[in-house]
Amino acid sequence: MYAFEIERPTSVADAVSALSADEAQPLGGGQTLIPTLKQRLAMPSKLVSLAGIEEMKYVRRDGDVLVIGGGTTHGRIAREAAEHFPGLAALAGKIGDPAVRNRGTIGGSIANNDPSACYPSAAMACGATIVTNSREIAADDYFQGMFTTALEEGEIVTEVRFPIPEKSAYMKFEQIASRFPLVGVFVAKFSDRVGVGVTGASNDGVFRWTEAEEALAGNFSADALSGVTAPPASDMIADLHGTAEYRAHLIPVMTRRGVAAAA
Amino acid sequence: MTEVTMNVNGRKVTRSVRGNELLVEFLREQLRLTGTHVGCDTSQCGACCVHVNGELVKACTMFAAEADGAEVATIEGQANADGSLNVIQQAFQDYHGLQCGFCTPGMVMSAASLLKDNPKPTEEEIRHHLQGNICRCTGYHNIVRAIMAASGQETPAVAAE
Repeated sequence: MYAFEIERPTSVADAVSALSADEAQPLGGGQTLIPTLKQRLAMPSKLVSLAGIEEMKYVRRDGDVLVIGGGTTHGRIAREAAEHFPGLAALAGKIGDPAVRNRGTIGGSIANNDPSACYPSAAMACGATIVTNSREIAADDYFQGMFTTALEEGEIVTEVRFPIPEKSAYMKFEQIASRFPLVGVFVAKFSDRVGVGVTGASNDGVFRWTEAEEALAGNFSADALSGVTAPPASDMIADLHGTAEYRAHLIPVMTRRGVAAAA
Repeated sequence: MTEVTMNVNGRKVTRSVRGNELLVEFLREQLRLTGTHVGCDTSQCGACCVHVNGELVKACTMFAAEADGAEVATIEGQANADGSLNVIQQAFQDYHGLQCGFCTPGMVMSAASLLKDNPKPTEEEIRHHLQGNICRCTGYHNIVRAIMAASGQETPAVAAE
């Protein structure tokens, strides 16, 4: 790693102020950023660790919305969301491994927007709101392609608000070495709509499979997808773990499984 | 440099750390607690697992400065007060839960965190919990048996043995 200073603010306001320094970078749980630093792929002058900000750690229900602080770990979400939103709790409980889940945070994952991260699929399917220290952003506007978001320099994800669906399921086809999804699909059924968020598959990062959403809105069953064409392979990621055609094929497969498993 | 104070295995320590100093470097190089191993240094293998404020973490993927004020537990603090092996360590010995032993400190710390939350785990729960701990001798069956035994359960022949 290159040399840098580290700061540990204990409030959002102090973190924002620390991040105004030149080349300062926020550090969430560090489960992606620390390996990146070790490879010398980033060279911050200062890291601002958000892990000491207690006011960003919570899971609470506000009517039909599950409100999660940006500094909340995957492990805590897996435990505390289970009663209110089992689909999201199950997603959080399958990220990485137990030690990673005790450090990694939802805010860090959403801010990084890895094309294979799990949470973005749930955020898209549910129509979540991403709250930062300065504004609220709809998920559809927030995720803007691989590792690209609407966040400005020095802006922190302080909260994510998920409308709670009637039924949901996350189906992750795991790439077993990294434990990231090769393709992951989050299916969320609301009283008046269905959301289908797809991660791991596309060169453009997470996306909503709107054709499937429309077909499922009228008939929430795996059969409703039989006439729906899979998203084109030309848009999909191809690497040594799977071809673009393979990923494209997995999208309807995992969607069907998600619909069948939704609870 | 930043000054940090933490409680490591019940002992209060204060040291200066570099901004980019990992918790595992701090434990091994400053405190000379070399039982916490570095296997991969990429957060994959779990040989560096320790407990920070009672939670299992990979010490290679956390900065020492972030543990300021924390309670840290490493393999060196796991034995009983009289120096004898604790129930998990003894079970690893009794059930041959280690071959080369390199992954063992992380396995023991991981097992301890599981049994704290789930005193009678099933075999499947043990295997799921150990997802982030790799044994390159591939001695998983006996590791699982040792953890079953440490939790006071029967240790039937496990699958595929």
